[in-house]
Amino acid sequence: MKALSQKRRHPLAAIALLVLGLMLTGGLYAVVTTVNQAKADTTTFTAGQAHEGEKLFVANCATCHGLGAKGTENGPSLAGVGAAAVSFQVGTGRMPMQMQGPQALQKPAQFNADQTNELAAYVATLGNGPGIPEAQYLDGKGDATKGGELFRVNCAMCHNAAAAGGALTRGKFAPALAGVSNDHIYEAMVTGPQNMPVFNDANITPEGKRDIITFLNTIEHQGSPGGAALGSLGPVSEGLFLWTAVLGVVIGFTVWLTSRTS
Amino acid sequence: MGNHSDGTPASSGAVAKAGHEEVEKFQDPGLPPHRLRLADTDPKAAKRAERQVAILFGISVIGTLLFFFAYFGIRLDQTLTTLQLQNMFLGLGVGFAMLGIGTGIVHWARALMPDHEVSEERHALRTEDDRVAAVQIVDDIIEETGIKRRPLIRNTLIGAMALAPLPAIAILRDLGPLPGNDLHHTLWKAGERLARDPDGTPIKAADVTNGSVFHVIPESLNNLTEGKLEEKAKAAVLLVRLDPSELHPSPGREDWSYNGIVAHSKICTHVGCPVALYEQQTHHLLCPCHQSTFDLTQECKVIFGPAVRPLPQLPITVDSEGYLVAQSDFHEPVGPSFWERG
Amino acid sequence: MSSATQSPYKAKTSTGRITDFVDQRVGGSGILREFGRKVFPDHWSFMFGEVALYTFVILLLSGTFLTLFFDPSMAETHYNGSYVPLKGLQMSVAYDSTLNISFDVRGGLFMRQVHHWSALLFVAAVSVHMLRVFFTGAFRKPRELNWVVGGILLIMSMAEGFTGYSLPDDLLSGNGLRIIDGVIMAIPVVGTYISFFLFGGEFPGTVIISRLYMFHIMLIPAIILLLVAVHLFMVVVHKHTQYPGPGRSDRNVVGYPLGPVYAAKAGGFFFIIFGIIAFVAALFTINPIWNYGPYDPSPISAGTQPDWYIGWVDGALRLMPGWLFNIPMEWNIPLPWGVNTLSLNILLPALVPAGIVFILLFTYPWIERWVTRDDREHHVLDRPRNAPTRTAIGVSGFIFYCVMWAAASSDLIATHFQVSLNDVTYWLRALFFAGPILGFIVTKRVALALQRKDREIALHGRETGRIVRLPHGEFQEMHAQLDDYKRYRLVSYESPVAEEGIPNENGIVTKTEKRRAALSRFFFEDRVAPATPAELEAGHGHHEAIESAEEHKPVSRY
Repeated sequence: MKALSQKRRHPLAAIALLVLGLMLTGGLYAVVTTVNQAKADTTTFTAGQAHEGEKLFVANCATCHGLGAKGTENGPSLAGVGAAAVSFQVGTGRMPMQMQGPQALQKPAQFNADQTNELAAYVATLGNGPGIPEAQYLDGKGDATKGGELFRVNCAMCHNAAAAGGALTRGKFAPALAGVSNDHIYEAMVTGPQNMPVFNDANITPEGKRDIITFLNTIEHQGSPGGAALGSLGPVSEGLFLWTAVLGVVIGFTVWLTSRTS
Repeated sequence: MGNHSDGTPASSGAVAKAGHEEVEKFQDPGLPPHRLRLADTDPKAAKRAERQVAILFGISVIGTLLFFFAYFGIRLDQTLTTLQLQNMFLGLGVGFAMLGIGTGIVHWARALMPDHEVSEERHALRTEDDRVAAVQIVDDIIEETGIKRRPLIRNTLIGAMALAPLPAIAILRDLGPLPGNDLHHTLWKAGERLARDPDGTPIKAADVTNGSVFHVIPESLNNLTEGKLEEKAKAAVLLVRLDPSELHPSPGREDWSYNGIVAHSKICTHVGCPVALYEQQTHHLLCPCHQSTFDLTQECKVIFGPAVRPLPQLPITVDSEGYLVAQSDFHEPVGPSFWERG
Repeated sequence: MSSATQSPYKAKTSTGRITDFVDQRVGGSGILREFGRKVFPDHWSFMFGEVALYTFVILLLSGTFLTLFFDPSMAETHYNGSYVPLKGLQMSVAYDSTLNISFDVRGGLFMRQVHHWSALLFVAAVSVHMLRVFFTGAFRKPRELNWVVGGILLIMSMAEGFTGYSLPDDLLSGNGLRIIDGVIMAIPVVGTYISFFLFGGEFPGTVIISRLYMFHIMLIPAIILLLVAVHLFMVVVHKHTQYPGPGRSDRNVVGYPLGPVYAAKAGGFFFIIFGIIAFVAALFTINPIWNYGPYDPSPISAGTQPDWYIGWVDGALRLMPGWLFNIPMEWNIPLPWGVNTLSLNILLPALVPAGIVFILLFTYPWIERWVTRDDREHHVLDRPRNAPTRTAIGVSGFIFYCVMWAAASSDLIATHFQVSLNDVTYWLRALFFAGPILGFIVTKRVALALQRKDREIALHGRETGRIVRLPHGEFQEMHAQLDDYKRYRLVSYESPVAEEGIPNENGIVTKTEKRRAALSRFFFEDRVAPATPAELEAGHGHHEAIESAEEHKPVSRY
């Protein structure tokens, strides 16, 4: 102790302390993040989580989905939908629903990550269903070409070839996919939220889903080489832009051209 | 009234004629007096306009240089960012180069070139004499040919002229083969396995869970060396599993599905777009081109939009290994209607 | 013609000497004398024809560049260019070469975007130009034939646009061709044969791109060029029309001489149009074919639409219900040799609206001529308000077109305004019939109201906003009388009166003539007579007197 107190005025002490501090925070951070990752990797939840989740469920979800999530007129039974469905629906703010409508809309998430996990843990106890996706399929390092091909065959008809979204019948729609996190994309494919069909692993393999995610990440981040994309909506937005902005500028010039100077 | 104070040429005609109009109307006061521009009266303003025009031309020069900078200066490195940058600067360069010249010239014309409005007489398209003479000449020519008096010549000529262009149509015959029976058949046949689009791996009945949708091609499609797209354009199929109680098969079609798994042609019966939008809760199929909506629970009957006929159903079953196979070809032609469809 | 042969004329300036040199060899002095100072009226709405011409020139220039790199073959290849998400994919050579133009030819993407944006602007400029000609009555004698040439040019430019749209062989254009094929197959008797001959067998075949390419770069542009030459020749023969105003009549043309002012403005305008398109191509993506992927008959993208000028036909296809009150719109007709299929759900929307629009467009000059029995030459334009019925017809046609055009984007209307796709279709079906009628009524009323307003201003002057109190306590707003020039602009129009049927030489009013009289009533029953000097005179004296007179005068109905 004495030696330490003597040395604390050493010119190098401050540096040593700084290094120590940095290493400590870094180490702690590493531990914490690996813990988090481990959590995400596994689909096993603790009984405590499920218990907490049940409380949350009764307070927030049972109105529509019924006690024990058996379903009512206003909401389907959740037996067998799996943790992935909860992670998607609650994680993207679609659930709890604000009001009944053609389909649940995305909005700011009502529950934090822990609460979402607890709810997922509870719903997972109700029956077997798709679990939280494994991180190895979410890294966006697959084959973008393959993913693009799969996307065009299986997804583009609703979500548009540039993932800009599209209309379904009677007020329903397929949302744009820019800004949707990789795990939510994966969960949507395996659970088929709302009117979206389910793409199980026999239909599109986990590797295929990884490729699709890679493709979506690629086109989202590469930007539009030709300039502003006008919403990537195709000829309609191009025609509208031409008739308003371009023709407006042309008319402006014709008026200037034929007016007299002062 | 209203004469030009500055004596513009050829404008005198405009005023004089007004007097002949009916009394009830207002008389044409003639061209308004010419108003001078700032640059006409103030040499400073003229000088300023001159400088502005020169600046605009200068901007054009800079624009052209910008183009060269973008073309040679920006190296494309396989990332789209550099491509976007190059495209933008190429365009801005050309844009400035062109707009500089254009606005410069126009500004020059507006501010510095004479802006007297000139009135020019319209000449009649032709004089009365010409008109009479022309009609006479045409009549004479017709008369001299004697075509009106000799109907035999006229009629045989008309006959010959009507026939002569027909070879021009006939010679187009070899543009393509005759339709024959092609539109009535697809690649599907008994025992043909249903395979995933695009990789062509066969599908087991157990793979198709409730709520999922498979985009399907015949397994042998990928083995074709030619005509692959033509066959795919007829054979594309959508595979869906419903609760068997939700299906309402018509008599004779009860065994066309397998445990609630149904396969329907994906090609719209309207004008042929792929009807690929499946809503798993309503079991509706929507065509994204013209919004025809088909109800899977009623054998793909049309419930909205311009299509009339339901999507043809492909009868399916499973083979000994559990793979889904077709029982036969479609029982009717797929895709849009055509005259010989019957 | 040239004076050079007789007199040893020596030009004094260097440009003069060059002019003379050329003239002595090709003899253009007569033409120059005729054209050098030809007068062109100046108005912003006269410029759209030029926009069309200039965009066509830009299309020729950029299109030529693209042909140097584009290969219209449908042979299969594997992509090996710079665009990562398509690497290694099987596709046609046409799509591959379009991708190479976009990603690996420097400036290629820019030229593609210039080409496509100019194409959209070209058809738009042609359309706006025709709207201007219609609404101002510039199609009247002697310009009816040029109106017809213009109409053919519009059709040709749409054909040119569609063939170009199909060339890249991407998923979007391929599905567009698929729709065209579906429509062709619906043609009774010959449809299947036309389809097989066009595609060289079953859709999609391997020849359609190269065949469309030939149409796109050779046949149709040649026809357009020829028609443009005829069109411009007739403009020179007729001389340009002009808006009504002081000093302008059917016997003169007032404007700027070709050289230098008009030539400079028109020439400069070419560079301006080019500049605008270059800026747009620099900053806004058009037709990102790399998003759509190669054509394959199985996939499709949401929002599959044609370019705007074909959109109205696509919209009509969307609006048509397949089942009308449980009656199918597709009939299987039993004939002696078997059952044949007639697809009215396709034929009606594909042919009828376009048929109505183009037949009316081509015949309108003669319809109006027949109704008005007006055989005079017209060089002074009508202000749209001064021909209320014609303007209303034009607007109702425009609305008819726009409803179909909107229908072509019904899915995007649904997603962007968060309404039901089906409801959008129901509403547009109603508007398809009601829109043109409502548009007609409203436009006619607005035009008549504007005419009354003009009359009011011509007789009473402009409201100054200055209120004065008269000695006996009355408040009155001061009106400033117009000068003669401004007033003339408001009163110098013709307002035809509805005509009764005229008996022929036997004293009988024929059925045709009765029909003409009915149409004449439809056109001219509601009218606002132009103000007369007598009314102005009366108005100066007694304010009240003119008010009461106005009750009877402006709108005469019978």
